[in-house]
Amino acid sequence: MNWPSITLWGFIATLTLTTLMAASLGIGLTRMNIPYMLGTMFTPNRDKAKLAGFFIHLVNGWLFALLYAAMFQSMHAASVWRGALLGAAHALVILTIGAYLLPGLHPRMASEHAGPTARRQLEPPGFLAHHYGFQTPLVALVAHVAFGMILGGFYQPV
Amino acid sequence: MTIGDYAIIGDCHSAALVSRLGSIDWLCWPRFDSDAVFAFLLDSRGGRFAITPVAPARTSRAYIQGTNVLVTRFETPAGSLRLTDVMPVASEENKAHRLVAEHEIIRLCECERGSVEIEIVYDPRPRFGQKKPRVREHGKLGLAMDVGPRSMILRTDAPMRSRDPGFGARVVLRSGEVLHFSLIWTDDGPAVLAPLGAFTRQAIGRSIAWWQGWSNACTYRGPFREQVLRSALVLKLMTYSPSGAIVAAPTTSLPERLGGDLNWDYRFCWLRDASLTARALFGLGFRCEAEAFVTWLLHTTRLTRPELRVLYDVYGETVMRERQLDLDGYRGARPVRVGNAARNQLQLDVYGEVISATTHFVASGNRIDHETQRMLRRFGNFVCDHWDDPDEGIWEERSGRRRHTYSRVMCWVALDRLLELASKGHLPNIDALRYQRTAAQIRLAVERLGWSPALASYVRDTARPCVDAALLLLPWYGFEPADSPRMRATWQRIRTRLCTPNGLFYRYRTGDSPGEGAFGVCAFWAAEYLALGGGTLAEAERMFEHVLRFANDVDLFAEEIDSTTGAPLGNFPQAFTHIGLINAALSIEERRQRGHAEPPLPKVGPKPQAEAAV
Repeated sequence: MNWPSITLWGFIATLTLTTLMAASLGIGLTRMNIPYMLGTMFTPNRDKAKLAGFFIHLVNGWLFALLYAAMFQSMHAASVWRGALLGAAHALVILTIGAYLLPGLHPRMASEHAGPTARRQLEPPGFLAHHYGFQTPLVALVAHVAFGMILGGFYQPV
Repeated sequence: MTIGDYAIIGDCHSAALVSRLGSIDWLCWPRFDSDAVFAFLLDSRGGRFAITPVAPARTSRAYIQGTNVLVTRFETPAGSLRLTDVMPVASEENKAHRLVAEHEIIRLCECERGSVEIEIVYDPRPRFGQKKPRVREHGKLGLAMDVGPRSMILRTDAPMRSRDPGFGARVVLRSGEVLHFSLIWTDDGPAVLAPLGAFTRQAIGRSIAWWQGWSNACTYRGPFREQVLRSALVLKLMTYSPSGAIVAAPTTSLPERLGGDLNWDYRFCWLRDASLTARALFGLGFRCEAEAFVTWLLHTTRLTRPELRVLYDVYGETVMRERQLDLDGYRGARPVRVGNAARNQLQLDVYGEVISATTHFVASGNRIDHETQRMLRRFGNFVCDHWDDPDEGIWEERSGRRRHTYSRVMCWVALDRLLELASKGHLPNIDALRYQRTAAQIRLAVERLGWSPALASYVRDTARPCVDAALLLLPWYGFEPADSPRMRATWQRIRTRLCTPNGLFYRYRTGDSPGEGAFGVCAFWAAEYLALGGGTLAEAERMFEHVLRFANDVDLFAEEIDSTTGAPLGNFPQAFTHIGLINAALSIEERRQRGHAEPPLPKVGPKPQAEAAV
């Protein structure tokens, strides 16, 4: 594993993904706010949650970058297209399995069946996270493909 | 429904109007100047959210003491119903410990006696009803309407069913039974869906506590405290808390003339109100709000200095271009406008307003930084260069520019206050000699050209010999003592010419304003003028009490008042009118505390001649 390479490009890829998601939120393409969702696992305070969630997301991104790097290592090659493919698969997993499991994992997220409670009040994402806007799957796909392309394009397998 | 049949609720980001029939007929979300999601007020296709008894009911309503929490009671032959409406607010400390919806309206419907059958209509129409809504049923997560990626979600324990239009239910409530409604708007991340039941009551309780805590900061202890506090609460409601800006009104296109075309969008912030607003807030002891407002003012005006716009949006940006919507209008008053073409006007009085507001800011112990000092000097230089230019004036006439007396007086105020700031060491490096010379020139011009010997009155502008109620503010700004012969003669002229059949005042009477009502704030200016020495304390109090009679049942004022029926006209509720109420009350109280000192008797002026036909 090329640790300096994955550290650097994992950071840049995560930052790009976060920026793309935040920009999509800002221009009204989606309401999926990953830092807020991650941060509310630890605090209900909106501002603190966003800040904490941002750093958690960075760490998450690095961890996923390690996984990507491991896959590139096992394939003995990394390329933009391989990265894009992995990114698309990553997005699909997040939008289907992740969105399905999240209400069970997130201590403040309501479930579709039980509705909100005193502790669980966050709107769940629903299938393909479409509760957060019908363009959310597309935004998530583009952001994760960009994540994969950066890693695939710049990571140097050893 | 008439305009006076509405009450306002809000959360310092946006506001809703609730009718006496329990219907939310106006709501712009998430900001005051956003598109409306309920616009029934302007068109029956505009959307609404109604909770109303089916049987005819006697209605009474009131705000919970010291709050903006509205309680409407319906008495029917079979029972009574209590409907509580609130847009929740809470302290930052409180919000730090719980998830809070970005924007929410809570409605609590309780049967207090007997049984009452109620009809619920939920018919949201995004973009002023111009867009067909798509509402999805999400089971226990509620009814969600997407507006782009934004979402409006209604959660309730009422059995809502799809209808045409929208969703609805008919429910019989028996004594002690309660229905809860939580309507939320979200555009930043997943929605926060508050549970119903006890949680709803807790949110209402927190809002009551927050508003009452805020009201307790009011230092005013004079007469009519209830009405003064209500006006302060209205002002607070119309404050956009993230920036400190105060919008003129939460509505657009409520007509100044029934069936007419004097329909404007007031969901923006006018600099015209700046100094009066600062004085009202500082005067009542709401220092935080006053400082936030002046800070917004100074930041906003920095963006366009040294030229000032007439109005800005809540973040200090230029207001959107004026356009017309395809809506029927309030009782057929068309067009319905959004945006405001006054954004392109020149109003020289705003320089005096902004600088005068700054002096209130400094007088309360604040300092002005170097950047603001530089900006104020540039304003002063601009006034010196342009005070003699024609402008659209305080009333934003659309019939061309004139040399308005009031604008010139406010240019004098601008220079006078800058010199005052300089003399107290708050504003170094001004060209004092130039300011003094120009101020003297302005005074001379006002005294010569703004005064009509024929009318024995100050006049509206140099071209038209007619009066303007804004001239009653000259004493308040220190241009002329209230008991000077000229001001007394002007007051007499204004009373003769502008007084309405019901004892209020038009702002002016020219061909520009046929059929419009009395201007609410002008009557408060009259009361204040009397309190400042234009009359006796008793006269001032009588005038003030008289105007108060024209408030609606929850002490709210519109922009105007019908000159014969006394019904509210124009956008509602209107910050300017409530600011006038507060300032008049403060001046009356100051006069009272001075020990009922009566002003000297007026000198007899020349007999006025007939005013020129206009």
